[in-house]
Parts: sequence; structure tokens; C-alpha cells
Amino acid sequence: MARPTPEVNAGSMADIAFLLLIFFLMVTTMDTETGLQRRLPPMPDQNQKQEDVKINKRNILVVRLNDYDALFAGNEIMDVSQLKNKAIEFLTNPGNADNLPERESKTIEGFGNYPVSKGVISLQNTRGTSYKAYISVQNELVRAVNDIRDDFARQNFGKAYASLDEEKQAIVRDAIPQNISEAEPKDTKK
Amino acid sequence: MAKFSKKGDKTPPAMSTASLPDIVFMILFFFMVSTTMRQTDKLVNIRMPEASEVAKLERKDLAAYIYIGTPILSKQTQYGTDARIQLNDSFKTVDDIRDFIAAEREALSEADRQFMTVSIKADENVRMGIITDIKQELRRTSALKIMYNARKSE
Repeated sequence: MARPTPEVNAGSMADIAFLLLIFFLMVTTMDTETGLQRRLPPMPDQNQKQEDVKINKRNILVVRLNDYDALFAGNEIMDVSQLKNKAIEFLTNPGNADNLPERESKTIEGFGNYPVSKGVISLQNTRGTSYKAYISVQNELVRAVNDIRDDFARQNFGKAYASLDEEKQAIVRDAIPQNISEAEPKDTKK
Repeated sequence: MAKFSKKGDKTPPAMSTASLPDIVFMILFFFMVSTTMRQTDKLVNIRMPEASEVAKLERKDLAAYIYIGTPILSKQTQYGTDARIQLNDSFKTVDDIRDFIAAEREALSEADRQFMTVSIKADENVRMGIITDIKQELRRTSALKIMYNARKSE
């Protein structure tokens, strides 16, 4: 004869839950980690003789930021808002101009041959540049690359870059590399 | 006589609080999932710069944080108002980064070490000089994966 077990009083359950809730509210933070990811170039070997990497002048876009956060890209002074178009023009070279980077046909696995731009954007700053200006320039350059990638993805796969699967994203990344070089710091006291 | 219930003199029935724990648990789980444990107490004021093309850091457990900014008000008498570097829970100099990175690397498992990301959390008014010094030091310790922390802007 099974006797019904007496019911457990659940009235204090809410108190316990509140206690846990308040504990978690106190000790945790909600800030998400977002930012611009970069890969630094490895330190050159000191014993090894520094050999000049010959980069054709047309393949490099020099972006400079000075102490007063003024921006100088290519051969002209410009505003940050103009930088994206400048970078897109530089990286795509729509008219096959002589003074814009050359393209080299590369075989991309799973896609075929594609003329990959050899352009490199070199970002230089001085010690007095503000971090805010530096990040906004970095951001514009990333945006330029992302725009080109999106165009490429739409043309070839009919979808935006972000909605492609991993494999196709890798193809797009190979076809349009993000070549932003962080230059060796230079002495700017001259 | 017809029977009419007299509504007036009865006290209203007590509201059931049986579902209260469920609601609280729901909120609790929401917070447990969406937040992370606080790692360090901030000693510097940081207002991150804005950027539109930010990406999320996938593996937060593999990140080492470097904070750069002006010391908080209560520390300004001691450390001044110049931008300082904070590693873990204290103010450090650029020279200490080497040991810090080595310690962080040691704490990770062998397989994860190559994926370690150094997250640079700097105030938007910091000058690039200090950041360049940090970047050079990171290159020397070959911690090459870095992230410039930024807020998402629209």
C-alpha cells in the first residue's frame, strides 16, 4: 500500500533562484568582444641581412596619417570618407590603368583561374596619431575589401559574402586578399 | 429566496506565486548564457573607437587583454593622467608585456597556443606611439594575432 509522499514545499524556490540571479548579475559582464582582427608581420631576423622586397611602385598604395590626424593616400590629401573609393579603385583597377596594380592569374582551388590583384595597401602612422583616427582608417580599408568581396560573391555565387558557406568564402578570400600591411614604425622626428 | 453570492465581503483569493520560480529561472538562464565572467577590474578609462566592419572574437577563452587608457579618477593622484598600460590587475610598462604574454601562453593548452589572440582595448584618445610600442613588443614575442577592439557602429 503506497502512501502518497508528502509534497515538498516549493515556496522558497523563488528565493533561491533570485539569489542565483543576483549573483550572476554581479559577477558577469555583458560586453561582447568585437573588433578588427589583424595579423602582425613577424619580426625580421636580425642576423639575416635585410633584403629589400622589390614591390613595383604601382602595386603599393601608401596611406599616411600624421600627428594631426590628417590623411594622405596615394598622392593626395583626402578625407576619411573618400578613402574607401580610393582603395576600391586601387584594388580593382577597373580600367587596367598603368599606374594601378597589376593582376596575376592564379588558380584557385574549386573555382579556376582568376586574375588576383597584386596591390598592397601600406598604412603608416606617426606616434602622435590618435587611435580613433587610426581605427577609422583601418575600418575604411576593411570596408573597401569587404565591398569588393561582396561584389565578387554576388557576381559568381549570386549571394552576399556573409551568406556563403565556408568553402566559398575561402575562394572569395583567395581571389580578393586583404593585403593591408602595417609598416615598420618610422622615426618621425625629422 | 434566490441565492446571490455576496461579492463584497469576500477577500480576493491570494495570487498564485507558483510560477514565480519559473520566471526567475528563465531570467537567470538568460543571464548565464548571455554574459561572461568578469576577468579583471578596470583601472583605466576606456571609451572604444567606433568601427562598422567589426568581427566577433570567436574564442574568448584564448584571448589575452591589454588595456590602454588614462587611469581612473581614484588612481590619478598616484599615476597621473597620462595613458597607461594595464595588464591583469595592475599598471605595467611596455617591458612587462613579454612576461605577460609568456604567462598567458603558458596557461593555455599546447594545441590552443597558436590560436591565442591579443585583444588590444585602447581608449580612442590614446596616441599611436604607445600602441606602436606594444605592437613591436608583440612582434618580438611572436604573438602575431591581434585584435583592435572597437564598438559596432551603424
